[in-house]
Amino acid sequence: MNPDTHFNSQMYPDADGHFGPYGGRYVAETLMPALIELEEAYKKYLPDPKFQKALNNLLKNYTGRPTPIFFAERLTNSIGGASIYLKREDLTHTGAHKINNTLGQTLLAKWMGKKKVIAETGAGQHGVATATTAALFGMECKIFMGVEDIQRQAPNVKRMELLGAEVVPVESGTGTLKDAMNEALRYWVSAIRDTFYVIGSVAGPHPYPVMVREFQKIIGEEAREQIQEITGRLPDLLVACVGGGSNAMGLFFPFLEDQAVQMIGVEAAGTGIETGKHAATLCTGSVGVLHGSKSYLLQDKNGQINEAHSISAGLDYPGVGPEHSLFRDIDRVQYVAVTDQQALDAFSALCRLEGIIPALESSHALAATMFEAKNRSKENIILVNLSGRGDKDLGIVSPLL
Amino acid sequence: MNRLKNLFETLKKNNDRALVGFVTAGDPNIDTSLKIISAMCENGMDILELGVPFSDPSADGPVIQRSSSRALEHNVSLKTVMEMIREIRKITSIPIIIFSYYNPIMAYGIENFQPDAIEAGADGLLVVDLPLEESPELTSVWKDTDFSLINLVAPTTPKQRMAKIASASSGFLYLVSKTGVTGSDGLDTSEIASQMSILHSVTDLPVCVGFGISTTDDVAAVASMADGVVIGSAFERLIEENIDNPELVSIIGRRTAEYKAATK
Repeated sequence: MNPDTHFNSQMYPDADGHFGPYGGRYVAETLMPALIELEEAYKKYLPDPKFQKALNNLLKNYTGRPTPIFFAERLTNSIGGASIYLKREDLTHTGAHKINNTLGQTLLAKWMGKKKVIAETGAGQHGVATATTAALFGMECKIFMGVEDIQRQAPNVKRMELLGAEVVPVESGTGTLKDAMNEALRYWVSAIRDTFYVIGSVAGPHPYPVMVREFQKIIGEEAREQIQEITGRLPDLLVACVGGGSNAMGLFFPFLEDQAVQMIGVEAAGTGIETGKHAATLCTGSVGVLHGSKSYLLQDKNGQINEAHSISAGLDYPGVGPEHSLFRDIDRVQYVAVTDQQALDAFSALCRLEGIIPALESSHALAATMFEAKNRSKENIILVNLSGRGDKDLGIVSPLL
Repeated sequence: MNRLKNLFETLKKNNDRALVGFVTAGDPNIDTSLKIISAMCENGMDILELGVPFSDPSADGPVIQRSSSRALEHNVSLKTVMEMIREIRKITSIPIIIFSYYNPIMAYGIENFQPDAIEAGADGLLVVDLPLEESPELTSVWKDTDFSLINLVAPTTPKQRMAKIASASSGFLYLVSKTGVTGSDGLDTSEIASQMSILHSVTDLPVCVGFGISTTDDVAAVASMADGVVIGSAFERLIEENIDNPELVSIIGRRTAEYKAATK
């Protein structure tokens, strides 16, 4: 598609959850009836004013929404280019955008009469957010987490345990997010009759990609109003990091039909694309099926999934949400990749110039923002999603800085 | 010639049930894997389900996950599996079903898959993560109607959906005996009996039952209700336990004969 063509954001997904050639439902038959039940519940309850009222009340009084937009003046001046604005998702309860989605899904689970929830987690932010909302609603909670991630995100493991969740270590495969998701799927098959699976990104089988988008689009809806109040107009560029892609989808979605607003999704280039140790799925991958949907993947010629690498556990994933694959193909969003080192440099810059410790995931978006800002004038507005806070990353970052 | 159809007709005449054996292709290595399959054929296996190893087998329990990892250490791909089927076809005329996740088939090429599988000597395909709704993208390019798409029916599948699945299937239906991954413990025969009676009300296709079947008693119990009994993890567990045992191949052969004795 020509980028000038008007994009209709309501066109996708189709009735079976396809975003163009991507998405769908590629799961074992045992899960199909549960996914159909979930889809029906989601379609029934989400438009229900009582559900919306309950959710909005929690988003406001429990999560602390709306999150502000902050003009990063010292960062802007240090670069001497475009004006950089931060959407402060790091200020939400639990410190990342993930809570927007887990509040929605856990509330839906409660309305469906489920008493148990499970989730996978990489960086631990989605696990913490799920453990939090499970505690809030008095539900039993199990979080599947790779052993590698348990080690590098130890503070979040403690947090989940304090919140009453059981953290199940996953040793299979590479011990990271993809393996946690495999294990959560395995557990879900055996506990399908009474357990709700809270997926943390715009990934997985239908209806998860569209449902998570609906719960995360509040980021962009707020930002669209706020930035116009502050600057009097829409931004020129949106930037967000992409692992599975939920914070990017949340920010981008309400702007999709604003043709003048450019968008950049930032993947993890790890130690460099050329080293092969990266998580740049959209920049370098090919189309396949993993974890229930068709999308770009990191895989070899035989269809075996490659190990992803990133300093940021939340981006360390060899797949990506199917709607991002569509945006890549139709050029609505440009996808780029940022190395571990570039993300660390951006991390330091934000700490020292703005007094904000960003998550390593969000630091990837900041790094791309700083490159882009250089070649633009001060009148140009860049809005970046600061998707989470970085306290959880101190153990990784401290020895490297 | 439709090997599956002939087999179920012959079994019915003999008042017997099919012993369906699953092994991961290339576990513990390609040579031994071929010898194991040969021993299974010699000892009464009626249908071979040959597993294509996958890096992320999210519907499988730990036993088959590990078998997949061992095969991947020997770089076993769908192409290798096709080559193995060619070898197996030289020694047996039993039906061979390729058992795979969808991604290796996509990577192989949707267009080439069916002609190559038939040329190699396979009779059908079962794709764990390709439910009814998504399967037309694969089967719409299939030209040979004798090649079967084996579909799964689960304990959670409602009756109406069972009927839809059955009408899109050929060869036989695979009833998953329980909610869970492969290799889970315990068999609920009353659950299977009730699923079987629903299935029989919606289809005439033979039904093979799998998941959680490991002892000869399990086999006998399921054989009294179904047209076939699928054993996977129990074979893979035996391979794993005897991986360095020079008697591995004959141990698998003997176990196959014991299972087969229990299907009659």
